[in-house]
Amino acid sequence: MAKIQVSTKINNENVDYLCEPHDTMLDVLRNQLELTGSKESCGSGDCGSCSIILDGELVCSCLMLAAEAQGSKLETIEGMSEGGKLHALQQKFLEKAALQCGICTPGFLMASKALLDHNPSPTETEVRFWLAGNLCRCTGYDKIVKAVLEVADDMKESA
Amino acid sequence: MNEISNKWIGKNTVRPDGAEKVTGRAQYSSDTTMPGMIWGHVLRSPHPHAKIKSINTKKAEALDGVKAVITSKDIVDFPLDKPVILGIQDMRWMCRNVMARDKVLFHGHPLAAVAATTEAIAEEACNLIEVDYEILPWAIDIEDAIKPDAPILHDHIKFNDKPSNIAGTLEHKKGDIEEGFAKADVIIERDFKTEAVHQGYLETHSCLVSVAADGRATIWSSSQGQFMVRAMTSFLTGIPQSNIRAIPAEIGGGFGGKTIVYLEPLATVLSQKTGRPVKIVMNREDTMRASGPTSGSKSKIKIGATKDGKIVAAQGTYYLQAGAFPGSPIRGAVGCSLAPYDIPNAHTFGYDVVSNRCKVAAYRAPGAPIGAYGVECVLDEIAEALKICPLELRKLNAAKEGTKAVHGPTYPTMGYMETLEAAMNHPHYKSQLGKHQGRGVASGFWFNAGGESSAQLNITEDGNVVVTTGHPDIGGSRASIANITAELLGIHHDRVSVLIGDTATIGYSNLTGGSRVLFASAMVVTESAKIVIKQLKQRAAKIWGIDEEAIEWENGEARPAGDNAGNFDPLSLAELAGKATATGGPIGAGYQVNTEGAEGGFATHICDVEVDMDLGIVRVKKYTSIQDVGKAIHPDYVEGQLQGGCAQGIGWALSEEYIYNKQGHLDNTGFLDYRMPVCSDLPMLDTVLIEVPNPKHPQGVRGVGEVPLVPPLAAISNAVYQAIGKRSYSLPMSPPKVLKIIEGN
Repeated sequence: MAKIQVSTKINNENVDYLCEPHDTMLDVLRNQLELTGSKESCGSGDCGSCSIILDGELVCSCLMLAAEAQGSKLETIEGMSEGGKLHALQQKFLEKAALQCGICTPGFLMASKALLDHNPSPTETEVRFWLAGNLCRCTGYDKIVKAVLEVADDMKESA
Repeated sequence: MNEISNKWIGKNTVRPDGAEKVTGRAQYSSDTTMPGMIWGHVLRSPHPHAKIKSINTKKAEALDGVKAVITSKDIVDFPLDKPVILGIQDMRWMCRNVMARDKVLFHGHPLAAVAATTEAIAEEACNLIEVDYEILPWAIDIEDAIKPDAPILHDHIKFNDKPSNIAGTLEHKKGDIEEGFAKADVIIERDFKTEAVHQGYLETHSCLVSVAADGRATIWSSSQGQFMVRAMTSFLTGIPQSNIRAIPAEIGGGFGGKTIVYLEPLATVLSQKTGRPVKIVMNREDTMRASGPTSGSKSKIKIGATKDGKIVAAQGTYYLQAGAFPGSPIRGAVGCSLAPYDIPNAHTFGYDVVSNRCKVAAYRAPGAPIGAYGVECVLDEIAEALKICPLELRKLNAAKEGTKAVHGPTYPTMGYMETLEAAMNHPHYKSQLGKHQGRGVASGFWFNAGGESSAQLNITEDGNVVVTTGHPDIGGSRASIANITAELLGIHHDRVSVLIGDTATIGYSNLTGGSRVLFASAMVVTESAKIVIKQLKQRAAKIWGIDEEAIEWENGEARPAGDNAGNFDPLSLAELAGKATATGGPIGAGYQVNTEGAEGGFATHICDVEVDMDLGIVRVKKYTSIQDVGKAIHPDYVEGQLQGGCAQGIGWALSEEYIYNKQGHLDNTGFLDYRMPVCSDLPMLDTVLIEVPNPKHPQGVRGVGEVPLVPPLAAISNAVYQAIGKRSYSLPMSPPKVLKIIEGN
């Protein structure tokens, strides 16, 4: 079967690729485009390790076909820091020890960014329910939730 | 920062590997690729128990793109009559676990593997392999595996001289149990049951192996020990250890589950056969079905106490699932269950039971959570019967320095009593409960471990420091080692880099497991630093022309030790490094030792739950873990260990379980129905770090990673009882089960 040609913008750069009709977005990110920051932990949309932002919305890239990205804008973990400067969430995760093994961290950072883009001052409950699609087995979520709430607070102060 | 006031031990520094991890650049094993790489896939048994009459791989080999097909013939055989032990594993079982030989013993048991140009072709080829099975009766649960007419998994395993699925036993005895119970005013005896649960690491197993034309193999894989990977791959492929270089990728969680190999030997043989680098990635379904879990169990606990609350006798009998091969963690159950208490008469006994499930792997304090679950629940009932506060009951019987434990040792300085006192005084314990809420407490113990470690500490030419150790860093150990090195050398934390060496670049180091990594690596790093400081003093002595003894090392510089030593301006690490060539050459030292003196860890947990009386849902409202951590080198990551262990305990107690169907297949192989706690299931998890330094460690370190999973099962069970007034004696306390208990069925 002929491959499908797809034109997208990933992390603000124009990216064209060819994919099989059955390739997931995650397959293409990891195996073709060498964007291995998005992780596959379940392949069924239950863990959020492959979270990316597609046209402003948080999605599991393992549940999306690569062909669907035609004409879309994608943000992945590789585009989160700008010019070598960490995003406030990345910096806070480091300072607050909000990661242990780190495999879920890219997904949590993308999900947290999507949350704060939608809702800059979430309550603890809102953070917990928004991040309920991302599994972390190391931290018990405590330090992750605190880091996200602190970034939201910092944003308020600097606004 | 002013170096003179630096004190790095106990500081929450940013971890050395952090920036790579928050930007997605850290290399986990499945992120690795090589030029010319091809893909492997594993054929797994569709039956829980069957004889393999024949395997025909011809059609698979003929498929376009297939490069090699292997079966058990390609893996080194270890005859059943001769144990070959590596750590807690036996190569007789390991060779049969990575590739079934004459029988498949569980649904998902590997029996062939294919290497092909794409993953899809490798998978398709697996479907073309023709296997003729003779299906055998199977046993999944302990009750079925130990009944008299049970199907036998291994004919050569005997118990009471008869073929049996009981593969081993272990017991601890102290005093006279009958005499003890005779003195008791109250005796409580209960039966408990727990289900198998998976470690739940989010990174599935994977590896990339390249065997070069000269036969030397390089392995990139995610494991809890690159030296374990090297040794097991060597055993199972016959390649000498010197010709295998195992490179530890960043590891995406292990919790004990990555202390054995599954894929590395297969990828090595496939790479040998094809002359190409081979990558294999296990999917989530196979990871759940054919790796991990820890044992399900049944146990009987009997405890007797006098009316003033003194425990006079305790007895525990445990049956633990081993999975398809011997080796369940009975030691943790029988050894840890009574360890927090000073009990004059005790007897614990464990049975290692094989059945047609996946071989179990270590999981955080292996066996100890199962051991503590029943004991800590029965203690709760004793406290209630005697109308004593459950923490007071534990205080009355707490082991102290000098207590002879039921499992053997006499305790040195330890902080169990301190955890009980901290719990009693904690605002959580005094806070009010709401409607349908209950509060439970429980304690726990883990042995902790020492073992072999190696470190190399080198001073760079510009006077900074690179430390290499041999233990994969799962939870922030590099950050702690950087703190210790900076403290010992008296320099800023930012000047220390910490790396994990591979098997060719650092000396033998045992697994990341048993809560041993910081205990052991801090010891070898400390010894390396001592040698380096001596070298630095020698260099300064040479420059100044005075005796080495007349020099002290303080705050990152060499100084004359007193007025008599002479009047010299201090020489900094950078200045001494700059003069290294002229004063004797490179500055650096390695140290390797079998570390000893790991002392046990104790914890006490307080848990509040709220039970939905209509739906049976148990929600954890408040949780506090209090633990003697010896010395917290990096408090945030110590807290992280406590919080993570407690979250896993909440999952084990409330929602996680392996569910097998009537065909002997695991039914819940995905995260949707193998339900680990998510963010919205949990409250903030409070911690209290008690620091009673380990007297046998230079920084006072005790292992902290495993104890946190020991108390939660009972703490949560006891809380549920307080909330609904009825007890559950089995886990998980899932909504249908809790509803049944509420309704009295």
